[in-house]
Amino acid sequence: MAVVVTAALAAEHGLTAEEYEKACALLGRTPTLEELGVFAVMWSEHCSYKSSRALLRQLPTKGPAVLQGPGENAGAVDIGDGLAAVFKIESHNHPSAVEPFQGAATGVGGILRDVFTMGARPVAILDALRFGSLEHPRTPYLVKGVVAGIGHYGNCVGVPTVGGDVYFDAGYDRNILVNAFTLGIAPRDRLFRARAAGPGNPVIYVGSRTGRDGIHGASLLASAGLDASADKRPAVQVGDPFTEKLLLEACLELMRTDYVVAIQDMGAAGLTSSAVEMASRGGAGIVLDLDAVPVREPDMTPYELLLSESQERMLLVARAGTEEAVAAIFRRWDLQAVVVGRVTDDGVFRARWRGREVCAIPAAALTEAAPVYRRPAEEPVARLEEAQRLELAAVREPADVEQALLALLESPNCCSREWVYRQYDQLVGGNTVVRPGGDAAVIRVEGTRRGLALTVDGNSRYTRLDPYLGAVLAVVEAARNCVAVGARPLAVSDCLNYGNPEQPDVMWEFQQGIAGIRDACLALGVPVVSGNVSFYNETEGRSIPPTPVIAMVGLLEDVEAHVTPWWKAEGDAVVLLGRTREELGGSEYLAVLHGLVRGTPPWIDLEAEKRLHRVVLEAVGERLLRSAHDVAEGGLAVALAESCFGGPRLGVRVTLERGMRTDALLFGESQSRMLVSVRRRHLGRLRDLCRREDVPLAVLGEVRGTHLVIADLLDLPVETARERWRRVLERRLG
Amino acid sequence: MRWGVVTFPGSNDDRDVLRVVERVLGDEAVSLWHKDTDLRGVDCVVLPGGFSYGDYLRCGALARFSPIMEAVRAHAAAGGLVLGTCNGFQILCEAGLLPGALVRNRSLRFVCDVVTVRVERTDTPFTYGCRTGDLLALPIKHGEGCWIADEATLAAVEAAGQIVLRYTDRAGRAVPEANPNGSMANVAGVCNAGRNVLGLMPHPEHAAERLLGGEDGLRLFRSAQAWLGRSAAGGRREPTVVPGP
Repeated sequence: MAVVVTAALAAEHGLTAEEYEKACALLGRTPTLEELGVFAVMWSEHCSYKSSRALLRQLPTKGPAVLQGPGENAGAVDIGDGLAAVFKIESHNHPSAVEPFQGAATGVGGILRDVFTMGARPVAILDALRFGSLEHPRTPYLVKGVVAGIGHYGNCVGVPTVGGDVYFDAGYDRNILVNAFTLGIAPRDRLFRARAAGPGNPVIYVGSRTGRDGIHGASLLASAGLDASADKRPAVQVGDPFTEKLLLEACLELMRTDYVVAIQDMGAAGLTSSAVEMASRGGAGIVLDLDAVPVREPDMTPYELLLSESQERMLLVARAGTEEAVAAIFRRWDLQAVVVGRVTDDGVFRARWRGREVCAIPAAALTEAAPVYRRPAEEPVARLEEAQRLELAAVREPADVEQALLALLESPNCCSREWVYRQYDQLVGGNTVVRPGGDAAVIRVEGTRRGLALTVDGNSRYTRLDPYLGAVLAVVEAARNCVAVGARPLAVSDCLNYGNPEQPDVMWEFQQGIAGIRDACLALGVPVVSGNVSFYNETEGRSIPPTPVIAMVGLLEDVEAHVTPWWKAEGDAVVLLGRTREELGGSEYLAVLHGLVRGTPPWIDLEAEKRLHRVVLEAVGERLLRSAHDVAEGGLAVALAESCFGGPRLGVRVTLERGMRTDALLFGESQSRMLVSVRRRHLGRLRDLCRREDVPLAVLGEVRGTHLVIADLLDLPVETARERWRRVLERRLG
Repeated sequence: MRWGVVTFPGSNDDRDVLRVVERVLGDEAVSLWHKDTDLRGVDCVVLPGGFSYGDYLRCGALARFSPIMEAVRAHAAAGGLVLGTCNGFQILCEAGLLPGALVRNRSLRFVCDVVTVRVERTDTPFTYGCRTGDLLALPIKHGEGCWIADEATLAAVEAAGQIVLRYTDRAGRAVPEANPNGSMANVAGVCNAGRNVLGLMPHPEHAAERLLGGEDGLRLFRSAQAWLGRSAAGGRREPTVVPGP
């Protein structure tokens, strides 16, 4: 009855011939069926990072505030007052493409567990979403499903969704991206890690029972040659946020005791990866008794028990003798805690079932000895040269700039995201200071005067046209969004979404992305403390545009001093900081009004960017700024409109100095700019700061009335423009 | 004043209410566990928002069987104060302590927003410090906040003045466009016949600090403080009124 393991069966599991040979060599024998399954998931791209590991080492991960860099369940940074911010962003792209509601929901569930596994109470969720064109017939279904799924899980667990971003681009028509970010707060000296230690210590299973769902989810869904189709649906897990909530509260209660040695959530590859990773990190072995695993259905095979990806489960190592005390805490929350194994000192991951050993693999063979590939990379020179060519002279300026602005405000990528975030509980926890809709969300750090700014960014039009510069700009934009609310950028978590790494042009895009993030993070002094790589985002051989998503966390020493993008009072001076260049490459304007995705993304001078940050942060510290808003997609005109659309909804009257194409002046996306408003009497001081840092300053006009007026160019009633901007998604998605 | 906040499995806003009571109001906050059977001498019991038991069945349908609910029932029968927000409102309806029922929003979508509600009655402990017609800006966040009742119940509730809060536009008009969930008669909050039990879908605990966007919710909490103070002092004591919008 025993299945004979062959190279052919290994191939069905996704292992190459060389990988199978390597597995046999490491074992010194032919693996059992269970062992083959374990090798296949642990060596999958998803678990092993075999195509990216070598390159990821380039990222700067150290800094004075870093408490935990990449390699654990989440990163952690010191935020003062004895507290740590623990955070990570993670993709759940393939499951969401197959089944948007459960795919997105379990994405949120997984990232929440990564954070509370570290001993941190999750206090904020953000989501970076990329959908296909709104015209694509499947897009409305996917958007509605994903948004409802995120809401279903986050709302029920009781963690507020405070921000995120949404882009629509035909490049994601069949391969949407769902990147979920969670931040939690923990005492800085009480961070929990996933390193098994102490031979004889019990390995305890807590949470939901194990079923047959999601077997090979990690290795199958996130691999080549599989299209997002209905027959993959059984490989998508089903989320139960209520159990997650109980698990969260019980784990945090447990972590106030000293019973826990190590803890790890069961995510991709379930019981196997959690046990193997804890053993490997701790240099220990683990032996599991599969007969003890709580099951949802009878007659589950050891193969299924090892590889199930049932949700809402955790594995922990406790101090010997505390088994009953641990179980008592979980019982209080109506959850079970069952001893399913022991820590050993032989470094081997073993599993026993019905009296026989079905698996015995050195833990290091599954982790450190996993394959590492330096895949060939090649710049798609011809394609990029063609895309970067832009004859501005041939681009006609719009005859009616008022209509052009309205078209941008109603474009899927510039319009209000209210339809999305209205479906999320933004407030639970009682610390949300700036809700979705601003440059960055701001939350109060409970019990302190401090605040945290949170943002996710990544413009894939830029990365498509220049994978390196686009990645730089993603980091810079995230930092600028933190600065706009008055926060000093602290650290990054990155989610790198790319196509098939076995294709040299995709691998080149990935290399460029890493280099861009590295250079921007080094220049801005912001380390990367956690992250995730998602490859094989392709359908029918077509890869998505390279999409590095940057989640950034910033720190406000005094949360009361935070700034929002919206005008505050009539008579305030409206000021543009930074220089506007005649740049339109990769702009929303070119795409929406001319149907062109071409040119080179805007120029960036990282030193100038830093000087802008210093001016804004100092001005915020001195309480000079009444509002601050990053100038991004849609350029200055859209930024002016957005500042009218929130808060007291005031109008503005500005005069722009000409001297370049009007469309570039209004809609160009030059970097390192910030639109601010200040009381008249503070203008002098702001000028001084700008002079000191050599940041260009232009007084554009003032906050006034109920219209958005750009002298000689346009005059729109704020309410009319706002209604059109606000209703787009509702109208198109129903 | 001594407030008790019940934590059911799946309660989410319990910590938020406790914090407001303790840090903002400076009152005594007691955390009550759903398996408790004793209210430990609290003056007011709060059933907070959340998704008790996951709300996979009808919202609040399981929580009403929690052991603590017997004590809540007895407390209410004795004239003690009970406040249910969001899921707490749903539980109070399921438990028969409040009239009507809460069903899915007419949009079929969860909605998180800040709404305007109009104070209809000031003869309840929770609106005692308001004036009739006062407008409060309060957050909502729910998927099942559409209050319904049969015709006879609605008529009786209207006649008895049990509708305490209604959704309105910023001008105070109870128009359909201002109704976020399809509730009958724009009902945002109702009380029992004895007026000591109030349920509402909006979240006063999320409108208790200027930093977080507003303080209108404090008026409900401060009303209860003043109402209890009145009983003790034997006359109407002027409550601390926070300026309205």
